[in-house]
Amino acid sequence: MLEVRNLTYEVVENGENVTIVKDISFTVDDGEMLVITGPNGGGKSTVAKLLMGVLNATGGEILLDGRDIKDMGIDERAKAGIGYAFQQPPTFKGMTVRRLLNLAAGRELPEHVCCDLLSNVGMCAREYLDREVDATLSGGERKRVEIATVLAKSHKLCIFDEPEAGIDLWSFSMLVKEFEKIHEDKQETLLLISHQEKIIRMADRILIIKDGAVNACGSAEEILPLLFGEEPGCSCMNRKGGQVYGTGCGNK
Amino acid sequence: MELDAVTSKVLEAIDTSGFRQQGAYNLRYNGQALCHGDSEHIKIKKKEDKPGIDVFISGEAQGEQVHIPVVISKSGMSDKVYNDFYIAEGADVVIVAGCGIHNSGCNETRHDGVHAFHVGKNAKVVYEEKHYGEGEGTGDNILNPVTEIDLEEGAVFTLDTVQIRGVDSTERRTEVDMGPGSRLVVMEKLMTHDKQSAVSNMEVRMNGAGSSAQIVSRSVAKGASRQTFHPNAVGNALCKAHIQCDSIIMDEAQVCSIPEIDARNIDAQIIHEAAIGRINTEQILKLRSFGMSEEEAENVIIDNFLR
Repeated sequence: MLEVRNLTYEVVENGENVTIVKDISFTVDDGEMLVITGPNGGGKSTVAKLLMGVLNATGGEILLDGRDIKDMGIDERAKAGIGYAFQQPPTFKGMTVRRLLNLAAGRELPEHVCCDLLSNVGMCAREYLDREVDATLSGGERKRVEIATVLAKSHKLCIFDEPEAGIDLWSFSMLVKEFEKIHEDKQETLLLISHQEKIIRMADRILIIKDGAVNACGSAEEILPLLFGEEPGCSCMNRKGGQVYGTGCGNK
Repeated sequence: MELDAVTSKVLEAIDTSGFRQQGAYNLRYNGQALCHGDSEHIKIKKKEDKPGIDVFISGEAQGEQVHIPVVISKSGMSDKVYNDFYIAEGADVVIVAGCGIHNSGCNETRHDGVHAFHVGKNAKVVYEEKHYGEGEGTGDNILNPVTEIDLEEGAVFTLDTVQIRGVDSTERRTEVDMGPGSRLVVMEKLMTHDKQSAVSNMEVRMNGAGSSAQIVSRSVAKGASRQTFHPNAVGNALCKAHIQCDSIIMDEAQVCSIPEIDARNIDAQIIHEAAIGRINTEQILKLRSFGMSEEEAENVIIDNFLR
């Protein structure tokens, strides 16, 4: 289980402290799927980076199965069982897709496993395995390879930061199926940052982050109407400073 | 003949496809031909007028290899060798060269290899050259290779050079003359560390219509090492060339990249790209997200960059 308690991230800008993430708390149970959504620039990706250790939190606690991982490095968190798909994956000159998948898996993967991994993100292994992960791949192709690297190994918790960004509709459908499969298996906990309705609707619970703070959190049944106006007259998202807390977010 | 442990170890480093005393081969050891053999289609003859060999490859050589490594284990030695390769029309051959120095003394040890390739019509040559230095001594290891290549019509030449470690100073000169429809691929990989210095000057003259060249240089400069690259593609006819120089710079190193393109014909299409930069933080973070330490991630990035 992932427990996030009073997570805070402050930076110094022009000599002044600026709070990017304010006192965020939530939990994700084992096998559960939590989707974090909200307006651009609200702090969603920062939260994901803080969870993985790409950025270092300045306050709060991050507990994975009861163990505080807040002060661990990114590699230690990976060893603790967290997988992370970057929103904007880097390029690697000289590194083939096959090699990157092997490094992600921590072992030499058989051809058919590489093939399955790429197929799951809508790519043909024959075409891509020996290509370099460099600028000759489009942004969407790199993004799909990035997702495949996380799928290459089983994790306790998988974090995907806007997996839909830059991906064509056909590949996106494949990706949604893959997330559905992981979700149904309940072997891995999923935390996705997304704006996509299809992904948001798959969630067990939804967390809305706005202006660096929790704006709403609850079960899909509770939050979906707020997001997609299925409950006529609801305007929580538009209300300045409005916060809605549903069940089980640890932030009541 | 039995080779000693030092020679075997150095050979392993410079001849990754495996040096064997079979087929066509010539092992130069401390300035002398230690052992040599011919194959049916590849004959090696010792030069009469100066140190070195002439290698004659017939057109019937198809998919064959010739191995001509150089090993120096005598500290203070200065060895200069002239090797000429005559590759007949239609031959298809891999030439594995390379030089390794084991320097256990305090003297400068040096090897200057001057290699000339005369490549016949439609012949296909892959030339692999690996440079390497080792030893517990304090003397410098110096390698200054000169490579001259003459490509006849339709010939294809792949030059694959690697210098990964242990060479304190190198000054490489490569000159290529290309006939009609010939093709050149150059892959140069270099890593320097400590106070090492490396200079690579290359001139490719595309003289024949339809000739094409692709020159890729990838290097990593660590410590206080210095590197200078100066590839020059000269288009004297309808031709195409692409020069790409990429370098990773680390620590206190210096890298100077000067790709030059020189079109002397209206139908010459020549492109150059050059980039020098440190290892991207995002790359390190990505690999650390697989559970690697920062140092492991850095090594993987360098290893793949030079692969």
